Amino acid sequence: MNKLLKDQSKERWEYSPALESTDHIQLKEKYDLFINGEFCPSESEKYFETINPANEKVIAQVAYASNKDVIRAVSSAKNSYNKYWSKLKPSERGKYIFRIARLIADRAREFAVIETIDGGKPIRESKQVDVPLAAAHFFYYAGWSDKLQFAFHGKTHNPLGVAGQIIPWNFPLLMAAWKIAPALAAGNTVVLKPAETTPLTAMKLAEVIQEADLPPGTVNIIPGDGETGKNLVQNPEINKIAFTGSTEIGKFIQSSLAGSSVKYTLELGGKAANIIFRDAPIDQSVEGIVNSIFFNQGHVCCAGSRLFIQEGIEGEIIDKLKYRMESLILGDPLDKNTDIGAINSKAQLERIDHYVRIGQEEGGKIFQSSCSIPDKGYWFPPTLFTEVSQSHKIVQKEIFGPVLAIQTFRTPKEVINKANNTPYGLSGGIWTDKGSKIFKISKEIQAGVVWANTFNKFDPSSPFGGYKESGIGREGGLQGLLPYVSLD
Amino acid sequence: MANQINIKKTRKLYINGKFPRSESERYIAWISSDNSETINIARASRKDFRDSVRCARGALTNWKNKTAYNRGQIIYRMAEMMESRKEQLIRELILGGAVKNIAKSEVETTIDYLVYYAGWADKYQQIFSCVNPVAQPFFSFTVPEPTGVVSVLCPNQLHLKYTVSVLSSIILSGNTAVLLYSEDNPLPALTLAEIIHTSDVPPGVINILTGKREELLEQFASHMDVNAVIYCGENQEEIKTIQKFSSVNVKRCHILKDRNLENTLNDGPYTILRTVEMKTTWHPVGI
Amino acid sequence: MPIVSNKFNQRVDQIGSSERVKRLFSRSIKKESKFKALHLILSMIDLTTLEGKDSPGKVRQMCYKAAHLHDDFPNLPCVAAVCVYPNLVKVAKDALVGTGIKIASVATGFPSGMATTKEKIIEVRKVVKEGADEVDMVISRGEFLRGNLDFVSEEISAVKEACGGAHLKVILETGELESLDNIREASFLAMESGADFIKTSTGKIAPAAEPTAVLTMLEAIRDYFNKTGKRVGMKPAGGISTAKQGIQYLVMVRETLGHHWLTPDLFRFGASSLANDVLMQIVKQSKGIYQSPYYFSVD
Repeated sequence: MNKLLKDQSKERWEYSPALESTDHIQLKEKYDLFINGEFCPSESEKYFETINPANEKVIAQVAYASNKDVIRAVSSAKNSYNKYWSKLKPSERGKYIFRIARLIADRAREFAVIETIDGGKPIRESKQVDVPLAAAHFFYYAGWSDKLQFAFHGKTHNPLGVAGQIIPWNFPLLMAAWKIAPALAAGNTVVLKPAETTPLTAMKLAEVIQEADLPPGTVNIIPGDGETGKNLVQNPEINKIAFTGSTEIGKFIQSSLAGSSVKYTLELGGKAANIIFRDAPIDQSVEGIVNSIFFNQGHVCCAGSRLFIQEGIEGEIIDKLKYRMESLILGDPLDKNTDIGAINSKAQLERIDHYVRIGQEEGGKIFQSSCSIPDKGYWFPPTLFTEVSQSHKIVQKEIFGPVLAIQTFRTPKEVINKANNTPYGLSGGIWTDKGSKIFKISKEIQAGVVWANTFNKFDPSSPFGGYKESGIGREGGLQGLLPYVSLD
Repeated sequence: MANQINIKKTRKLYINGKFPRSESERYIAWISSDNSETINIARASRKDFRDSVRCARGALTNWKNKTAYNRGQIIYRMAEMMESRKEQLIRELILGGAVKNIAKSEVETTIDYLVYYAGWADKYQQIFSCVNPVAQPFFSFTVPEPTGVVSVLCPNQLHLKYTVSVLSSIILSGNTAVLLYSEDNPLPALTLAEIIHTSDVPPGVINILTGKREELLEQFASHMDVNAVIYCGENQEEIKTIQKFSSVNVKRCHILKDRNLENTLNDGPYTILRTVEMKTTWHPVGI
Repeated sequence: MPIVSNKFNQRVDQIGSSERVKRLFSRSIKKESKFKALHLILSMIDLTTLEGKDSPGKVRQMCYKAAHLHDDFPNLPCVAAVCVYPNLVKVAKDALVGTGIKIASVATGFPSGMATTKEKIIEVRKVVKEGADEVDMVISRGEFLRGNLDFVSEEISAVKEACGGAHLKVILETGELESLDNIREASFLAMESGADFIKTSTGKIAPAAEPTAVLTMLEAIRDYFNKTGKRVGMKPAGGISTAKQGIQYLVMVRETLGHHWLTPDLFRFGASSLANDVLMQIVKQSKGIYQSPYYFSVD
């Protein structure tokens, strides 16, 4: 038993609030659609509110893209493709993308703060992960623009045309970068639909793209909801769809594209197994578990939501994990010390609540960090379940929240079998000090990314994507260019 | 004295290294193009397909864990066996309507394809793998792995040649396959199965069905334990059905029109990419 | 002696450890919490002089400073201890009468440890007799690195016995052990052999107190406590000269071992110039203007 958990010292040293300043942030009350290089109102004249999930206050009004707007955006992208972008020298195309990378870096802090107030993620994460990686992504792909003939040995490559891209709410700016950068580098033009609850950094990105002076219509950004996304997918002028989101919607997209020649890539859900062997570096694996499931409140498709601990160390790992969970600070996402921010939306909070209730009803043993929950906003404390099995709902379903399901295992064969016992296959984790075991297990795990003795690592040069129902195609690296070209 | 009576071959399916009749006990009376012969061809049922998928799944682990060198040798062995059955295949193609020269050249090209793909088995990885120069102290690398069980609706035109090129591109990386051979020209299916059977291809790695496409089309795309489906042909209705049903489990779905099939050599290792998955592995670099 | 606590010969991943350090060190400590931390740091300092040119005069000056950190500013704590070479223990003892400040002496052939166990014991007995409250010993790194763990363990036990009532701090010299695996191993060895504190460095070898080494030692202390219920103290030493570093280590202690360890009884800084930087920060915190070193005494 972890004796520290019961440690009730009288003398305590607490951290004072350390709020990120917001006085330099430029936010408008109203954001219009970004079509053909201009900000313009929606044909529908409809606006929707985007709120701060940490205090439920309205941040701004955002134009809602109707089908007419989708048609307008796609045709402006088509026009740019025909008139400018496909005619530009690849090296010049690259320079525009480099510009975007630099401008994001210039405005790094502004992007980080807006990402945090719009989506609820801790400022520490938006500053250290989302924004720098987004800039790096543009920088990486910019350099590919004039080197594509070396990317595909023995083949000639052609851009596809207009790419329709639909991105999720968990990493709004980063996902926009993952989508736009390779598309542009390969010579395509873009219509991007950000998620309904987190459109603001995409709109700031539109400002950056305007400032970078890209030819009008090369990138169009049109906020909206599922209906907007559906209209984009079904638009006949689209040549390519790139989607990141739930497996359910992914299947719908795949099915609705049947009979068309539109290329598509899908980056969908996951229920990753994170496997800890007895010979693992224990303290680092505990930290790895924290990164795997509590990063971004667990709103991560590749989150290690199923933890497998080899019997013999489960007591030690779980005790240490609980202790570590107690040191996680939940609260104002703008506080630099916040580890766990706000749940992205009310709907998402309800989904998490729902599954946690089921977990308890099914007999799982719950532990939650004892942090206090603010009165306003949407919050969920770091949570783990023990005494669950592969047959429990919370082990099978993607919860997309800070909820970890822990099982023990005895042998490598058993754990591989259980790790793969899921329709998903996005990511996996393995912790052991034994090199040969790492190669064996990581080969056996059916997933697009395997983190060995680490978790949730990303880099623009490193391909990412799923096996099985976790998606089709890769993003990142040279592999990430392939979905945006046709080869002859 | 009468001449010795000709022994006719029973045309059966090839599932899990065995040659069963269709469990449905149905057949198709196939008439050669010159109307000289009527041959009974096994008409596979959905259940035959289901059984084949189960066997293909069962064979997967062993097949993908063989060395790439070994898989290459086995595919090369198929070329050797085909060479020895060349005349038989030419005769079957002629019965299907091909003129002699065309039939001969198709069989020869097919043998060449086998040799060609045998060589790719241990080379394509080096073309598509990479070490990723990540900006953190980690070793990150990406390698292709087989997608899993692949179902194939084989082409009708130049069926032997294209079936074999598609099949080779699938199995060389470690996938296993279930084929529905051309409905119009099913004769070479059995011969191909016999070639496979005598080439050290483990049971279940390749399963060959004959029958009616229309009857099995939907299952080929919808089966939840199939990871990828390849459709060869031009029928828009069928293509739409395949694409629609493949979404039930986010199946990889590839439509190979005649133009794509003709491009086999030009596409080279890119044909292999259809049925591999890229896996990225990260590990810290430290003391 | 069997190493029972390092279960399954547990390893430490260097990259994972440095990522944890980065995250701990990114805590932003402001206002009240900073003010409190700065005071805490002062009270945890082992004010140190360990140079070949040290003289009784130098030690007397430092001892006065230890008791009068910055008399212009009210309610400041004293440092925890002064740390000197064995031949200057007596001088320090006389200079610190009535202050409550402890006297620590390095011993056992500091800094190399290249003496026989017998000589080391004699040295330890001498400094304790002359008034040292705490003994900072060095382990025999050569023996440790060639796998002679029994020797190291027995030597520590013997020194501990020689200390009598004095507290024993065991210096691992992490810069020479290089890997975190070694540091974890040596930490357990020291704790099981009787260390009251484990300490990173002599200050004579670079790198000295490396953050990952400190974290690894704190984690070993935690595991040892969970196993035995015994609280072992921690002392990073060498290269810690700014208030910011000091606060970062307090964060590390707080989040690894809890509030209970945030006391001079269980956590010390071995430092010579840390105090003045902390003092400047304290004055700045209360007056709101940045300070200059000219206004703070150097001894």
